[in-house]
Amino acid sequence: MEHLLTVNRLQTAFRTDQGEVISIDDVSFRLKAGETLGIVGESGCGKSVTSLSIMRLLGAKGRISRGEIIFEDKSLGKLTEAQMRDIRGNDISMIFQEPMTSLNPVFTIGHQMIEAIRLHMSLDKKAARAYAIEMLKRVGIPRPEVMVDEYPHALSGGMRQRVMIAMALSCEPRLLIADEPTTALDVTIQAQILELMKKLKQESGTAIMLITHDLGVIAEMADKVIVMYAGQVVEETDVFTLFDEPKHPYTQGLMQSIPHIDAEHGERLASIPGSVPSLQNMPAGCRFRARCPHAMEKCEAELPPLIPAGKNHLTRCWLAVQPASMAKEAAYG
Amino acid sequence: MVNQELAGRQPLLQIEQLKTYYPIRKGVISRTASHVKAVDGVNLAIYPGETVGLVGESGCGKSTIGRTIVRLEEPTEGRILFRGDDIAHYGSKAMKQVRSDMQMIFQDPYSSLNPRKRISDILAEPLLVHGILPKEQVAGEVEKLLEIVGLPKSYKNRYPHEFSGGQRQRIGIARALSLKPKLIVCDEPVSALDVSIQAQVLNLLKDLQKEFQLTYLFIGHGLGAVRYISDRIAVMYLGKVVEIATTESIFRQPKHPYTRALLSAYPVPNPHLRTKERIVIQGDVPSPANPPSGCRFHTRCPLAMAICREQEPELKGAQHSVACFASEA
Repeated sequence: MEHLLTVNRLQTAFRTDQGEVISIDDVSFRLKAGETLGIVGESGCGKSVTSLSIMRLLGAKGRISRGEIIFEDKSLGKLTEAQMRDIRGNDISMIFQEPMTSLNPVFTIGHQMIEAIRLHMSLDKKAARAYAIEMLKRVGIPRPEVMVDEYPHALSGGMRQRVMIAMALSCEPRLLIADEPTTALDVTIQAQILELMKKLKQESGTAIMLITHDLGVIAEMADKVIVMYAGQVVEETDVFTLFDEPKHPYTQGLMQSIPHIDAEHGERLASIPGSVPSLQNMPAGCRFRARCPHAMEKCEAELPPLIPAGKNHLTRCWLAVQPASMAKEAAYG
Repeated sequence: MVNQELAGRQPLLQIEQLKTYYPIRKGVISRTASHVKAVDGVNLAIYPGETVGLVGESGCGKSTIGRTIVRLEEPTEGRILFRGDDIAHYGSKAMKQVRSDMQMIFQDPYSSLNPRKRISDILAEPLLVHGILPKEQVAGEVEKLLEIVGLPKSYKNRYPHEFSGGQRQRIGIARALSLKPKLIVCDEPVSALDVSIQAQVLNLLKDLQKEFQLTYLFIGHGLGAVRYISDRIAVMYLGKVVEIATTESIFRQPKHPYTRALLSAYPVPNPHLRTKERIVIQGDVPSPANPPSGCRFHTRCPLAMAICREQEPELKGAQHSVACFASEA
């Protein structure tokens, strides 16, 4: 089996008062075991919905309306809720942005960890507790045998995120989905958590799907990156190519608008004019065209597919079409 | 802005030994048990036309300084000299006068605009409260303000919920500008915004500074943004300023071990640099209710010596000030 996870033309929709709204559309990517895939984009671009679709945690109003998600030869959309529950936590775990709200405040850390460990690993209470302490130690919690009996409020944000990581990794998942794991943390604590994730990945070989809006974190962690805009993948390539030769005008704009800490002082920041279109009012054709400096007639008429722009490099932009490659447009067609 | 240029000029704002403590109350009679020392003896001067960046991690007191300067918090001790007058203990009447020269832009563009008021009312309010313009001219001024911050005039009848975060922040900026202030305290104005929108707002702030000769105190934790906008930067740790210098010096020759760690921890958007040796400081920031003795950073400092545990280092040096025993040696 070559790929651990294959997401193929995924479309997820949510019911709202104004009718069904398509949140993500035509999202495709693949992830190998041990690889780190970065998903980058601004708020509302659909990066979190992509991960929640994989976990099938879309709530009563959301549904996968098209496409499929294949994890280790299983099509996740076709599993029963019970089978899915078995996969969550066991094979795929997730850590969330808010370490403050994703732990239950009325139970001790140990209680919450032991619950998950016993559920998935069929250990007895004593063994599960010892294992929980071991996991806390691995993620760098000081005095784990004491901390295991603490309540979440007694821990700082960074420590809580360590606990979340310990919980997520305790069942040795094949895939870890980390949704903005360091966004709520201070930069020195972020550095600690990123180092920890790198170390744990090396030890366990877990594949990571890292969702973030921070291109710095992407550059630091990812092997492969997909850039999302307004619910679609607009560019996909390896991390070096993405930073060296971004092809999509949105990616280029994003790169230019980060104030670099090593930039020359006094130069003006490039910015992308306008703002992201709303889901209810998605324009026809290319979704970025209203903000794009290169918009052409064709961009209004027709939505570009993901077009090859080099080796393992795809971009959803008509600019990438060379006359010769017109024929083999769609990448995952 | 060059420092020699500053030497002969009077600071617009100067804070001296500023302390802002929050009481921690305990028991049935809410007796004050101890204090959170959010700001604990800070000196800082801001000169006309410059931007001073204030950086540090959450809980270091940077926002409290901003809020104390505009007197949204009461200072516990120390002086706040605005154009030479100590406003630290001004009453609300006297403060109202000062506030037209001193405005603030807040971090959260979602909670800092009244959701039940139209944009025209939000922008007109300061003009009417301060009696700057006769009523019949206010509408025209509101349109002018919207234009200045790059929003169409036709938006004036809308409500805040109809705007995106970036647009709301523009409205917040327009409101701060309406009284033609000299000093604007910007409290993390771009932290809640997306990267592409951050750049728009940072550019706007820079343009406005030039056009209206504004002075900014820019509080932020994103080092990139702070570097982009600031002439000088002050780095804070646990209620104290540990280093102040020009932006150039802070980034090229950081002297305090905390500043170095902070710069090193910032993830650089360049995958070719990911192998660089970074200084990862261990542990968390100690509680400001019970800060460590001596140098407050000594519990996490890679260079800590015996003296750091016993004595508190002073901020020394005229051009590039730093509070660290190790950098003196």
